[in-house]
Amino acid sequence: MTMREEIEAAAARYPDRRSAIMPALMIAQKEHGHLPGPVLEDVAEILGVERVWVYELVTFYTLFHTEPIGRFHLQLCDNVSCMLCGSEALLKHLETTLRIKKGETTADGVFTLSTVECLGACEMAPVMQVGDDYHGNLDNARLDALLESFRAAERVASVERAHPPSPGE
Amino acid sequence: MFEPVLLRNVDVPDGHLLSTYQVGGGYQALTKALGEYTPDEIVELVKESNLRGRGGAGFPTGMKWSFVPKAAGKPKYLCCNADEGEPGTFKDRIIMERDPHQLIEGLAVSAYAIGAETAYVYIRGEYVTAIRRMEQAIAQAHENGYLGTGILGSNFKFMVHIHRGAGAYICGEETAMLESLEGKRAQPRLKPPFPAVAGLYASPTVINNVETLACVPHIVMRGSAWFRGIGPDRSPGPKLYCVSGQVRKPGLYELPMGISLRELVEEYAGGPLPGRKVKAVIPGGVSAPVIPESDLEVGMDFDSLAAAGSMLGSAGVVVIDDSTCMVKIATRIIEFFHHESCGKCTPCREGLNWTVKVLRRIEAGEGETGDLEQLEMLCKGIFGNTFCALGDGAAMGLRAALKHFREEFVAHIEERRCPFH
Repeated sequence: MTMREEIEAAAARYPDRRSAIMPALMIAQKEHGHLPGPVLEDVAEILGVERVWVYELVTFYTLFHTEPIGRFHLQLCDNVSCMLCGSEALLKHLETTLRIKKGETTADGVFTLSTVECLGACEMAPVMQVGDDYHGNLDNARLDALLESFRAAERVASVERAHPPSPGE
Repeated sequence: MFEPVLLRNVDVPDGHLLSTYQVGGGYQALTKALGEYTPDEIVELVKESNLRGRGGAGFPTGMKWSFVPKAAGKPKYLCCNADEGEPGTFKDRIIMERDPHQLIEGLAVSAYAIGAETAYVYIRGEYVTAIRRMEQAIAQAHENGYLGTGILGSNFKFMVHIHRGAGAYICGEETAMLESLEGKRAQPRLKPPFPAVAGLYASPTVINNVETLACVPHIVMRGSAWFRGIGPDRSPGPKLYCVSGQVRKPGLYELPMGISLRELVEEYAGGPLPGRKVKAVIPGGVSAPVIPESDLEVGMDFDSLAAAGSMLGSAGVVVIDDSTCMVKIATRIIEFFHHESCGKCTPCREGLNWTVKVLRRIEAGEGETGDLEQLEMLCKGIFGNTFCALGDGAAMGLRAALKHFREEFVAHIEERRCPFH
């Protein structure tokens, strides 16, 4: 499905197209990686809603990004349960290893490091979300292994970006 | 002997599939409800069971349903609150990931009771696995005639849609959730009108938590007397407790309402980590005032915890041991509420900003004489002066920390450092 078709399918679930702005923004963000102004205007145009309605949601909800973020967004929970289980030391370890502070992106654009509020997985604290996946019961060694697996995945992806398969393959 | 019902499928391989759910008697409650009960009789049954809302407020579910006007006219909506943002809480995620059909059956029976043809399940955006499992389960239920038109040969018509949240704690507040579902910034509404009269799209709307809805099929199958026979009569039923923090066996436990907090923490969850002592426990997510170790005999039900000056809330039980600074915990909790304040009400938006600043300087050893009085004044300015309970939760939690652990706050100010560092 094209982005427009996906958004139309989402809009069909509601009696009012304004309700489909949040799902439409999720669809657009998946397509574009983040949500710059022209994409927001596309969403408003597809749904036929006021542009300000789209902008006011993007600036309210934290899962929407108006600026580019790293290909792996490391979202470490630092709320109470994770803090009690050592999330502060994990944050320091990530900052030292990646040589960035929380809120920053590595120069190669691979990693963005954030702390987030409770992810709702406190039974496996400390927890970090990366993309769609949760990683729990973390310690420095597990973090290092995870970072290495992301770097390996990135090496494969960068080769594919440099040599895209021809349409016949 | 207590028999878990809500978690009976969660450790079963492929518990999220329809075939697994059917083997365990799945959708028999919906069959029974449609075949043997009128909608009003289901409402009565749930009233008799004394089921109270598991999202945190503990409002009687059957009574909430009975507020929906009977008259035809505007469509009625059922909304499921699966936003689960209360720190320390993870029960609804586990139900949706591992036994989504239990929730879908609860939705269908509840929608039949209130006369709704459409339900929206508002799932927090981070719960990607739960969202996928729910979407898959809805599709399976639809293909097998448990959703759609003419359900199980009746004239009942019902469909469930997922609405994915986008990272705002306030969406767990039911009127903020309705705003969000309507495609707006999630800022709570002034009540009245209550959602049962004018909720989603100004139509009659019932909002129930995931665990609440998951109880409904069991009440239909086993009867209201069975449900009331578990735990205290005024606050009965099986209950999911989320245990986390500095404890040997963190996890999700299904036990009767009213079990003592001490038994839950020390026996089921294995007690403190080796060489440590429990200092305090947050019993119901960080909105719930902290309970000092000396008061752990309290029963884990709505009324007992209210009488003890706290609340059951979402039953997010966070265990804190003697190595941890309570000023630091209080600061982190207020930072959370400050971050998640929607900004609508001045006492919450500005008051929490000031409160965070005072707490941070106390924790950093830069507190001043009079800071504790200022914190109390700020709590007084926030509590009861906002549209929703976010500010109240922050103020109540801080007041409890100041009351039970005042000496730690005083030590920070007098010694000009954190004694735990």
